[in-house]
Amino acid sequence: MRKVTERDDYEVVVGIEVHAELATESKVFCGCKTDFGARPNSQTCPVCLGMPGALPVLNRRALEYTIRAGLALNCSIAVRTKFDRKNYFYPDLAKGYQVSQYDIPVAHDGYIDIEVDGQPKRIRVRRVHLEEETAKLVHAGDDIISANQSLLDFNRSGIGLIEIVSDADMRSADEARAYLTKLRSILVAIGVSDCKMEEGSMRCEANVSVRLRGSKEYGTLVELKNIASFRAVHRAIQYESARQIDLVRSGGRVTRETRHWDDARGETAFMRSKEQAADYRYFPEPDLMPLEISREWVDEIKSGLPELPDARAARYAREFGLPASDAALIAESRELASFFDGVCDALAKAGAEAVDRTDGPREAAKWLVGDVSAALNASGIELSQSKLAPELLAELIGLVASGKISGKIAKSVFEEVFASGKRPGDVVRERGLVQISDAGQLAAIVQRVIEANPGPVSDYFAGKEKAITFLVGQIMKETRGRANPQETNRILREELAKRA
Amino acid sequence: MSLSREETARLADLARLSLNDDELARIAHDLAEIIDYMEKLAGIDRADVEPLSHVLNTVNVYRDDRAEPSLSQEEALANAPDRQGEFFRVPRIIDTGEGSEA
Repeated sequence: MRKVTERDDYEVVVGIEVHAELATESKVFCGCKTDFGARPNSQTCPVCLGMPGALPVLNRRALEYTIRAGLALNCSIAVRTKFDRKNYFYPDLAKGYQVSQYDIPVAHDGYIDIEVDGQPKRIRVRRVHLEEETAKLVHAGDDIISANQSLLDFNRSGIGLIEIVSDADMRSADEARAYLTKLRSILVAIGVSDCKMEEGSMRCEANVSVRLRGSKEYGTLVELKNIASFRAVHRAIQYESARQIDLVRSGGRVTRETRHWDDARGETAFMRSKEQAADYRYFPEPDLMPLEISREWVDEIKSGLPELPDARAARYAREFGLPASDAALIAESRELASFFDGVCDALAKAGAEAVDRTDGPREAAKWLVGDVSAALNASGIELSQSKLAPELLAELIGLVASGKISGKIAKSVFEEVFASGKRPGDVVRERGLVQISDAGQLAAIVQRVIEANPGPVSDYFAGKEKAITFLVGQIMKETRGRANPQETNRILREELAKRA
Repeated sequence: MSLSREETARLADLARLSLNDDELARIAHDLAEIIDYMEKLAGIDRADVEPLSHVLNTVNVYRDDRAEPSLSQEEALANAPDRQGEFFRVPRIIDTGEGSEA
């Protein structure tokens, strides 16, 4: 019997399996379309309906995308490979088997580098293989169908699917989430999948076990299913590892099983005992010819890979001096990154607008990870759906850099630009927000404020430096925030010195 | 070798075959003979034999990624034993034995 210890004496061991639907125009073994949201059963044919006698033919691009994913994940690409039948019965699988890959995946032995709390870590990718999607089972509400029936939509059946299996290298829910975030950013960057968890085009399963820290052996693993978001991954792993640790601590044993994550209840529940590979009675798929992947083709695909998120983040840090965390955050999202590039282009074009070559991009990054992200979160839309365009943000940055408006005013201008898509310059003019930098004009206001506030002025002369803040506040109030802060400060001190 | 009754019943279950006692015994016997035959191959020196994954001597048969017309909804659903509106309707499976892996 193990001695009773705290949870901290245990470590969680996590491996992740991800399925991502390929963004090909047609399905992997037939010419049916892959459009999401089409009328149910409107994108099917004898092949993807599993009609007897129908023969599959491989979509070359689906294989190309699998190779591309493998290369982007630093994998080796198989020279010879093939498809295998994975046999099991379930209503979403019309043929009674899934065309998949068993012993020779298209890609194997790669890795993804992640970072958690500033700690870099390499997570090994064991394999990437190509298979076919299953049909979509709809368990609709009781008012539509009875509780003991399900509805089937075969539009999804036969869409190309890659399965990406990691080694059991993750040691926390944070690492698992970082792995998934990085994996998705890579797959989206190389264009092989849109990876929309909410539409099911990216799904994940986590294999979770626990063991005493320092132990060399792995604990019994439990497979978690029905994880529909990155947040759910994190919660599910935290819940399940705590459950296992408590079980082991109290003298129990973890059983090898598949558990279902219930997001509403925030817990996992027994689903079934874990099946063994032998249960699937894999054998080579006779309807599809084996594959020989030429090294020339692999090299060609490799040379066509776009800049990956890690390389992009490194470039942003190097070229523009972005802080590493901002650079990573922007580079991880294809949308943010292309927007950022757009702002930088627009700033470079504006050129003369007094924006330094690196100051401008640094400001752009600050806006993107700050106000822009906050505004997107608050409105629940994607950057591409918003009215904000790179040129507009660049113009706003230019207005601040040239001293036309203060940073504080810029935030309020941004809100209006974000909501309306108006040009920042127009907003500034319409609302009369142009910064007052004229020394004479400012001096007049400063003098008025000094005369109106004898108390704070004498406090200042008595050595209370804080009184300055109050006086600046009064000046800002008088000018509705338009007074140039640096100039105001300088003139205020000058005027006070005259009276000392 | 011999195949136990339990192993045979498990295989039948995986293949969704319903076998009576006589059939189980016969299948167990036949399968055992097939396995014995395969094991003869295991005894042969295969050091310079490539694994064969297909009987045809062809590789790399592809189609281009181009969408082709699909069946109409009505055609797709025409042979459905049961349907509801635009969907196939099936008995609901309580997921205990096996399930969709994809």
